[in-house]
Amino acid sequence: MRKKNFAKLAVIIVAIIGVFCYYISPLAHSIKQGLDLQGGTHVVLEAVDTPEAPVNEDAVQRVVKIIEKRVNELGLTEPIIQRQGERRIIVELPGVKDPEKAIEILGKTAMLEFQDDSGATVMTGQDLKDAKAQIDQSNQNLVALEFSDEGGKKFADLTAKNVGKNIAILLDKQILTNPNVKEAITGGKAVITGSRTIEEAQRLAILLRSGSLPVKVDVIETRTVGPTLGQDSKDKSEFAFAVGIGAVIIFMLVFYHLSGFIANIALMAYVLMTLVALKMLDATLTLPGIAGIILSIGMAVDANVLIFERFKEEYRLGKTLRAAMDAGFSRAFATIIDSHLTTIITATVLFFLGTGTVKGFAITLGLGIVISLITAFAFTQYLLKLLISSNIFKDGRVYGASGVKTNEKI
Amino acid sequence: MKKFDIIGRRKWWYIISILILIPGIISIATQGFNLGIDFTGGTLMDLKFARPVTVIEVRDVLKEYQLDHSTIQLASNDESATAAENVLIRTADLSDETRRAVLAEIGNKLGNYDVLRTERVGAVMGSELALQAIWAMLISWVLIIVYVSWRFEFKFAISAVLALVHDTVIVIGVFSILQKEIDATFIAAILTIIGYSINDTIVIFDRIRENLKLHHRKGGDLVELANTSIWQTMTRSIYTVLTVLFTTAALYFFGGESTKNFSFALLIGITCGAYSSIFTASPLWITFRNYADNKRVAEKLKTAK
Repeated sequence: MRKKNFAKLAVIIVAIIGVFCYYISPLAHSIKQGLDLQGGTHVVLEAVDTPEAPVNEDAVQRVVKIIEKRVNELGLTEPIIQRQGERRIIVELPGVKDPEKAIEILGKTAMLEFQDDSGATVMTGQDLKDAKAQIDQSNQNLVALEFSDEGGKKFADLTAKNVGKNIAILLDKQILTNPNVKEAITGGKAVITGSRTIEEAQRLAILLRSGSLPVKVDVIETRTVGPTLGQDSKDKSEFAFAVGIGAVIIFMLVFYHLSGFIANIALMAYVLMTLVALKMLDATLTLPGIAGIILSIGMAVDANVLIFERFKEEYRLGKTLRAAMDAGFSRAFATIIDSHLTTIITATVLFFLGTGTVKGFAITLGLGIVISLITAFAFTQYLLKLLISSNIFKDGRVYGASGVKTNEKI
Repeated sequence: MKKFDIIGRRKWWYIISILILIPGIISIATQGFNLGIDFTGGTLMDLKFARPVTVIEVRDVLKEYQLDHSTIQLASNDESATAAENVLIRTADLSDETRRAVLAEIGNKLGNYDVLRTERVGAVMGSELALQAIWAMLISWVLIIVYVSWRFEFKFAISAVLALVHDTVIVIGVFSILQKEIDATFIAAILTIIGYSINDTIVIFDRIRENLKLHHRKGGDLVELANTSIWQTMTRSIYTVLTVLFTTAALYFFGGESTKNFSFALLIGITCGAYSSIFTASPLWITFRNYADNKRVAEKLKTAK
C-alpha cells in the first residue's frame, strides 16, 4: 500500500514535469494572440448623424455588412468585425501590411455618382454590378466598371444625351474623372482613369464593389502595433514569465522543502490548466493577459502558503503529520474562500467595465484565481496525502515545519 | 515570548500613513496627472529610425504642422542620451490623413523608420474610459463592503475599504509626483492592487474572527487578540507578498516597455497593500470598535443617571 502510493506519486510528478517542459511552449503559442502580440490594427468606427442621413438600426446593420465586405477584400487571416453598442463597430485586422491604407478604406463613405453636364446626378454606385482594377495597353491604371442591366441603360442614355460634352464621375463629392463624351456608350461598361498606382485602383475597386455606406462613419480610435514590437513583447514576456515562475519555485523549495516541492508541481499543473482553459474558452491572449498570468503565479502559491502555515501551527501543537495536514487544509479553507472571493469580485468588475486589453487581463486574473483554488484543494492535498501515507519521510522538518515541537509522536 | 505590539502603536502607523499620503495628495491637487491618450484623446506614434535622431530634429518636422508643442520622448536605456533610434511622439488628436502626412514628412526629413506602434484615440473615447475607471473602482469598493459586511461585520468592511483607499491614493499619488503616464492598463493595475490588498486584509480579519470565537469564552483583551492574530498570520503575509513581488519584479525588469508602468504601479501598490493590511486595516478595526464601545458605555451612563 505504502509503496503503491509512493509509486503513484512518483508517476504523477514525473508526468506533470514532463508535460510542463514539453508542452508549455506549443500550448502557449496555440492560443489566439491579441494584436499587441502578433501585430495588426484595431479600429473603432462610429456611425454619426448627418442632416441627410440620420443613424438608425437598419443603417448600422448595413454598415456592418459593407465593412465586412471591405475587410474580406483585404485578404487577411482571421479579421474580426464586431458591433459594440448601438453605433460602434470594432474591426481587428491582424497582420495587415499597410494599416494606414486599410483604415482609409474602412471609413470611406464611397458614394459614387455620375453627373451630367449640368451637374445633376443621374446614376449612383447602386447601378454597378462589378468593379475591377486593370492596367491597359498604354500602362494606365484604371478601374473597369460593369453596370447592372438598368445601369447600362441609364449610362447609355446619359452618354447619348451628352455627346460632345463632359460628364463627371464623383466619389464622395470629389471628381474622379470628367471625360469628354465622344459617342454614346451602350455596352454597359465604362472605365475610371486617373489612379496613380495599381494599388490605388485596387482600393477604389474594393470600395465600389462593396458599395457605399448609408450613413457617415467616423474612425474614432485606431491602434496599430507593428510586427517588430509584437515579437519583442512576446519574447520579453516569455522571459519575464520564466524568471517569475523560477523565483517562486526556488522560494517554495527553500521555505517549505518537500511540501514546497509538491506545491511547485501543483503550480506547474496550475499554469498548464490555465493555458488549456484559455484555449478552450477560445480567449485571446494579450500582453496585459500575460501579465495577469505571471502575476497570478505569485497569488496561486498564496493558497499553498496559507495551508502550509496552518499545517506548521497544528504540527507544533503536537498533532501527527497527517492530522496536522488535514487540519491545515480544512482550517485554511474558509480563509482562502473569503480572501479569494473578494479578489474575484474585483476581477469581475474589471471584466464588465473594462474594454479591450483590460478585459483580457480580467479574464486571466479571474480564471487564475479559480484554477488556483482547484489546484490547491484538489491537487496539492491529494499529492501530499499520497506522500504522507507512503510514510517515507517522517520528520516534520522535511515538510517545512521546523521549529519547536513539543513532543514527537509520529 | 512577548511579540512587538503593533496595535498599541496604531497612532504611529496612522501618522506614518498620513505623512506618506500628504505629498501625493498635494501633487494630485497641484500638478495633477500625466494622462495618456487613452484618457485625453490624441495621437501616438512610436517610431524606430534607422539612425539615432534628436528631439529637436523631430520637433522641427512637427513644426510644419503646428504640432511643435507635442510630447517627444526618446526611448533609450541611457537617460542622458540626446539622440536615440526609438522615438515616441504624442500629439493632439490628428485625423488619419494628417497623421499619414506627418509620417510621410518625417520619413522625407529624417530617413527610414519602422513604425512600432501608432494609436489614435478620439476625445470622446478618452473621457468614457476615465468615467469607466472611476465607476469600476467605486463599484468594487461597494461590493467589497457588502461582501465583508455579510461574511464578517460592517466595522471590518469599512476598515478594509479604508485600507484600500489608502493604497489607491498612494499609488496614484506616486504616479502624480513622478508624472508617470497613466493609461488604460493603469486601471487594471489599480484594481489588481485592490484585489490583492483586500485578499491580504481578509486573511488577517479571518484570523481575528476565528480568535474572537474563543475570546468570548476567555474574556481577553481585544488589542491583544488583534496583535496575536496579526502575528499568527505574519509569516504568511510576508511570504505571499514576497512571491507576488518576485513575479511583479520579473515583469517590471524583463517584461518590456509596454508593461513597465503597469508593473511599476503593481510594485508600489502590492507593497502598500501588504503594509496596510497589517498596519492600517486591523488597527482601524480596533479604533472603530473602541469608538463604538465608548459610545455604548457613555449612553449607558446617561441612562443610568
